[in-house]
Amino acid sequence: MNMSKAERTIDAIWRIESAKLIAGLTRMVRDIGLAEDLAQDALVIALERWPESGIPDNPGAWLMTTAKRRAIDLLRRNKLRDQKYEELAYHKDLYTEEDLDSRLDGEIGDDLLRLIFMTCHPILSQEARVALTLRLLCGLTTDEIAHAFLAAESTIAQRIVRAKRTLNSAKVPFEVPAGEELNDRMSAVLEVIYLMFNEGYSATAGEDWIRPLLCQEALRIGRVLAEIAPAEPEVHGLVALMEIQSSRFRTRVTRTGEPVLLLDQNRALWDQLLIHRGLAALERSQKLGQPYGPYALQAAISACHAKAHEASETDWPRIAALYEALSRVTPSPIVELNRAVAISMAFGPAFGLQIVDELNAEPSLRGYHLLPSVRGDLLYKLNRFNEAQEEFEHAASLTRNERERELLLKRAAECAVCKKK
Amino acid sequence: MRFMMIVKATSDSEAGVMPSPELLEAMLRYNEELAKAGILLAADGLQSSSSGIRISYPEPGGKPKVIDGPFTETKEIIAGYTLIEVKSREEAVEWAMRMPDPHGNGQGEIELRQVFEPEELSPHAGIQKQIRLQFKL
Repeated sequence: MNMSKAERTIDAIWRIESAKLIAGLTRMVRDIGLAEDLAQDALVIALERWPESGIPDNPGAWLMTTAKRRAIDLLRRNKLRDQKYEELAYHKDLYTEEDLDSRLDGEIGDDLLRLIFMTCHPILSQEARVALTLRLLCGLTTDEIAHAFLAAESTIAQRIVRAKRTLNSAKVPFEVPAGEELNDRMSAVLEVIYLMFNEGYSATAGEDWIRPLLCQEALRIGRVLAEIAPAEPEVHGLVALMEIQSSRFRTRVTRTGEPVLLLDQNRALWDQLLIHRGLAALERSQKLGQPYGPYALQAAISACHAKAHEASETDWPRIAALYEALSRVTPSPIVELNRAVAISMAFGPAFGLQIVDELNAEPSLRGYHLLPSVRGDLLYKLNRFNEAQEEFEHAASLTRNERERELLLKRAAECAVCKKK
Repeated sequence: MRFMMIVKATSDSEAGVMPSPELLEAMLRYNEELAKAGILLAADGLQSSSSGIRISYPEPGGKPKVIDGPFTETKEIIAGYTLIEVKSREEAVEWAMRMPDPHGNGQGEIELRQVFEPEELSPHAGIQKQIRLQFKL
């Protein structure tokens, strides 16, 4: 499909305006699906008219006014049949002239925040939350989301339709949760964003070129959240983590697509702009004066690497300490495994191996390729090449990522060479 | 993709005349809007070229020539920049159109330039581009 220049411009305006539009409409009509339909209707009308009439001065306000008119039309037709529409008829904002400039920025931010709490609502499956957030807050098309997840377009479309229906039938309110609930719900939101980012960053299966879109969207929505919920330390923590991880995009794989380990990356190519943004976000989180949460801790670890100009300058004792703090906040065998690596770097491979050996009995790590991979590395450093080779081969048999498998087999082969020496 | 919105200098900015409070306010608002859209990476205003330095290489392979400002040819001087991360060229244009007239005196000019992506600088740029096109990224 070849889009005309006008269509491409409208597409860009949609990307800028759609989330605000859908958020504002959801506040008025209290139905996320209807709100999206109304916004889409406005877009269709824009696509018909703008190529002829030219783009209006304030396209966002134009789209909102048009969508509200559609809502009123719909109301008149359905009022007698459906009680929901009757409730809707009383919403005064539907009848006021749209003037986005006069609306306080804070109000728009609040609507966006309510919308994201809705799309990340725990009533939805994790997959549905991600798809709905990408669709309604990032303005991605179903087609783009499907590509990003290597899924069929119909699967994603269905997932989104079902999610909207679920929210509607459960009468999930359009609001920012208060009190105790806020913390849990905020965690759920951050989890969705980080899941989105990781899906893009780690490319768990198959080929890996399409994923950057997910990372970019996750980072963007994280930055938006940092502006509309600035008092949440973990929001800044997550943004810091994503900024710093993104700074290594261009060095984490070779030109032929092989992964490059953090310590082997060319640090001169790390994106200093993103590192500075990440460190600034971490500082914002710190300044809120609460103890580090799990995202801020991970960001602080990431920052240790970012600040070391050479791999040999890495502050491993600090990283080991941060992992220990992390394992207290969110105890998990994977955090423990990372702590083992940090300990081995700070105090020697034998100390790391002790922790790893304890993890060998951990049932949740069975089948996790990084465990034998780390163990192999530590054994290699202790010149126990026989055992190291076995571990690398075992790890290679477990990973789903082809590039990683190649890397692990290469390391196993190195062990075989070292044995003979 | 990243774009740099480059604000050109004017006779006022070169003379060190500060923008009006209204314009400063509008610029501040605009930057906030960029931040709230999650696309602002960096933005700075630059001092006038009177404190600038130019290093040029008039002789290929020769020594650099260092010249202190101020420089003439206002149109070739930059007064500020804003770096944004967007999904398309059109989105960058749309945002640039929303920037307030940077000087408000008839000399305002914004130039939009795309930043090279790392893969464009690699020898495999052709293949990457093909993949992107194929999947409409």
